[in-house]
Amino acid sequence: MAFTIRINGAAHSVDVDGEMPLLWVLRDELDLKGSKYGCGAGLCGACTVHVNGAPTRSCLLPISAVGDAQVTTIEGMSAQPVGRRLQEVWQALDVPQCGYCQAGQIMAAANLLTHTPRPTDADIDNAMAGNVCRCATYNRIRQAIKHVAETE
Amino acid sequence: MMTAPQSSRRFFLQAAAMAGGGLMLRVSLPRHAEAAQQAGVLNAYIRIAPDNTVTILSKNPEIGQGIKTSLPMVIAEELDVDWSQVHIEQAPLDEVKFGRQFAGGSLSTPMNYEALRKVGAAGRHMMLAAAGQAWNVSPAECRTDRGTVNHAPSGRSLTYGALAERAATVALPDLDTLPLKDPKTFRIIGQPIPGVDNAKIVTGQKLFGIDTTLPGMLCAVYEKCPVFGGKLVSANVDDIKALPGIHDAFIVRGKSTGDMQSLQDGVAIVAKNWWTANKAREKLQVTWDDGPTAQQSSAGFAEQAHKLAHAAPAAWLRQNGDAASALQHAAKRVEAAYSYPFLPHMPLEPQNCTAHFQDGKVVLWAPTQNPAPGRRLVATTLGIEEHDVTVNVTRIGGGFGRRLRNDYMAEAAWIAKQVGVPVKLLWTRQDDMRHDYYRPAGFHFFKAGLDGQGKLTAFSDHFVTFGRNGGLADSAAMDSNEFPAQLVPHLQYGQSVMELGIPTGPLRAPRSNAMGFVFQSFIDELAHEAGQDPVAFRLSLLGEPHVLKGSADPMRAFNTGRMRDVLTKVAEVSSWSNRRSLPARTGKGVAFYFSHMGYFAEVVQTTVSPAGEIKLDKVWVVGDVGRQIVNPSGAVNQVQGAALDGLGAALGQGVTLDRGRVVQGNFDSVKPLRMNQAPPVEVHFLTTDHPPTGLGEPALPPVIPALCNALFAATGKRVRSLPIDTGMLRA
Ligand code: FES
Ligand code: FES
Repeated sequence: MAFTIRINGAAHSVDVDGEMPLLWVLRDELDLKGSKYGCGAGLCGACTVHVNGAPTRSCLLPISAVGDAQVTTIEGMSAQPVGRRLQEVWQALDVPQCGYCQAGQIMAAANLLTHTPRPTDADIDNAMAGNVCRCATYNRIRQAIKHVAETE
Repeated sequence: MMTAPQSSRRFFLQAAAMAGGGLMLRVSLPRHAEAAQQAGVLNAYIRIAPDNTVTILSKNPEIGQGIKTSLPMVIAEELDVDWSQVHIEQAPLDEVKFGRQFAGGSLSTPMNYEALRKVGAAGRHMMLAAAGQAWNVSPAECRTDRGTVNHAPSGRSLTYGALAERAATVALPDLDTLPLKDPKTFRIIGQPIPGVDNAKIVTGQKLFGIDTTLPGMLCAVYEKCPVFGGKLVSANVDDIKALPGIHDAFIVRGKSTGDMQSLQDGVAIVAKNWWTANKAREKLQVTWDDGPTAQQSSAGFAEQAHKLAHAAPAAWLRQNGDAASALQHAAKRVEAAYSYPFLPHMPLEPQNCTAHFQDGKVVLWAPTQNPAPGRRLVATTLGIEEHDVTVNVTRIGGGFGRRLRNDYMAEAAWIAKQVGVPVKLLWTRQDDMRHDYYRPAGFHFFKAGLDGQGKLTAFSDHFVTFGRNGGLADSAAMDSNEFPAQLVPHLQYGQSVMELGIPTGPLRAPRSNAMGFVFQSFIDELAHEAGQDPVAFRLSLLGEPHVLKGSADPMRAFNTGRMRDVLTKVAEVSSWSNRRSLPARTGKGVAFYFSHMGYFAEVVQTTVSPAGEIKLDKVWVVGDVGRQIVNPSGAVNQVQGAALDGLGAALGQGVTLDRGRVVQGNFDSVKPLRMNQAPPVEVHFLTTDHPPTGLGEPALPPVIPALCNALFAATGKRVRSLPIDTGMLRA
């Protein structure tokens, strides 16, 4: 089936099975490799994108359910002030180890800071608990989120 | 043109002019230093271009340990260039050119540190010589500063880039006598420098193996027998081929050599996109011949281990004094049985590999920690020569030891050969968790004796472990020098073996990640039985500072003085002596461990709810990895990650076997640590006058017993089996 979806402000047309999750449309059809596959079951958050601003596990979202929603991926985050700021601080504080989870972490953190510009530790726990970092860079992620909040 | 190489006792240096006027420097160990080379050493390439950019090739795979940043820092320091001039390139697999290329064993730093300093210093020396020639002055009058050479008396200066062509023609320095910088003047080494791939990582650019895309590429999945080593009888591949979007589906016959590291029987499904290929597995029907491993289960092994524990060990690893009689005559006898499960690695990037087979040759893009054996395996599997296999090493989404094995490379190569166009093979999370080389489970049956003063006089361990094909299973051994081997007068370590059909292998801090838990937990029990402070008990066990026998290499021998110092320091920074004033059901625990040449002592503080839920309050880590931390940013990140990794494993990880297959399949049943569980980890390094050693691994082993000992302090319940059963911690 043909679908036209809007990603990072641009329209993209693909012809795929309607059940195909957005993650695989992004990665295999549109060659946007920033969103990652980690579990395919909503358990790790590596595939997190924003759908109309809400953080969403793209591995579970069938393309047929995307409709004309605005999808933002890590590749589009530099266009948003909070996204760009997170990307800068993530680099400067040297958050990544292997780096595989970090796109998803930034997507989750961006959503947190958009709604809670001054998050507490508990806010950070709640917002970030769905995003696994197998290298366990959690101390740095927390530090980076706080740094962005404090220097806003 | 290459200049004649300059050889020294340890090094081999060559310089050449680059096309377009730059300098290329190559340093390696001479061939006769075989042993060192095997261990993963150096072969450095530096290019200095006329525009003053310095390119350093990073030869070892980057798995998140930060090697792609830290080793080039060492060269850049002694070369005396500005870090902003430096570009890092990942080297392709070519061990003739680069020496051994792998990531593992926390060996990169110890093997390379001094050598890479010399590499940089040689480059700097040649720049000075070139400037001296250019200005007709003595190089001794010239100084380098961040990529330029200055001649103060005449006020002249030239960049390295401008000097590079001439530098390629000067005499090579003698590496043995080449002066190195005074560490006090370091500007790059010892500075926190962010990872060189960070910008690409945070903007989602293609970087990892899974991101590989080639023109005309197809995607594949590979279904194997859920029982390890099972054989394929039949499969409905024609039905699969008929499904919409499926390009091909076929049966693959394995090349099994019995070690489970080679191609196994299975069914490959290939489609334009990965989801379609994977979806077709729902319709796939395979009849397997499970083979003998289908009899094996975790419950069966536990039962067998306890039976074996009643008999004498099959073999003695060590016997000092007369442990049996000393136990009999001890004032107090303590017995405890410990066990730990099989552990998966579960790097967040599942196993994958992209391959393109053409004209009898294959090119692979592989996220592997250990590319050279991968190339051998691919060559053997396809029946082609090794020089017809090219391996490009991508950035890696986590290794933890899993990617020291290259089974996915053999699968991708085979499928690509069959299909004839580029193919990316990607495993699902379930494939990854169910086809791993697990950290072996193990069982320890301890007995110890204390005298009237609470001194440890007798110690006995009967270790029940796993064997394979007549030997021990991979990573299932225990060191006969395991602490406190040389510190108790009457001590014995015995071993019995159960035959295993499940593949095993190294997991971050192999062996130590399990031994640390059992030995440092049992020693804590003994401290409590002796009525002593667990820190003081350990200090008295360590005794006066001295080096224990056990390794010809002084770096690998246990120095009790270094351990005393980290232990004393961790007690201080964690306010250990105030622990009695903690609230009810909050406790602190301590442990230490020596592995990978690093000394680590750690304290965990935890609070346990009446329902048994564990909250991790804080972790304190003190490490001694020698005289220089190359990159403090990466170092702290590694140590925090290792400590949290251990805590995650203790809290929620382990696979169980049932009828020869792994029961768990995803992060709901093997639980990675999450943000809401992760405590702050405070890291301190003691700087000591010893060569720098690695730190990807040695911070992990002590954290698990430190946690279990803290749980005992908080609840009075002793955890002797992992993962922790919170039910037993209820008030
Ligand atoms: S891949 Fe989507 S949550 Fe893990
Ligand atoms: S940095 Fe490796 S998974 Fe997060």
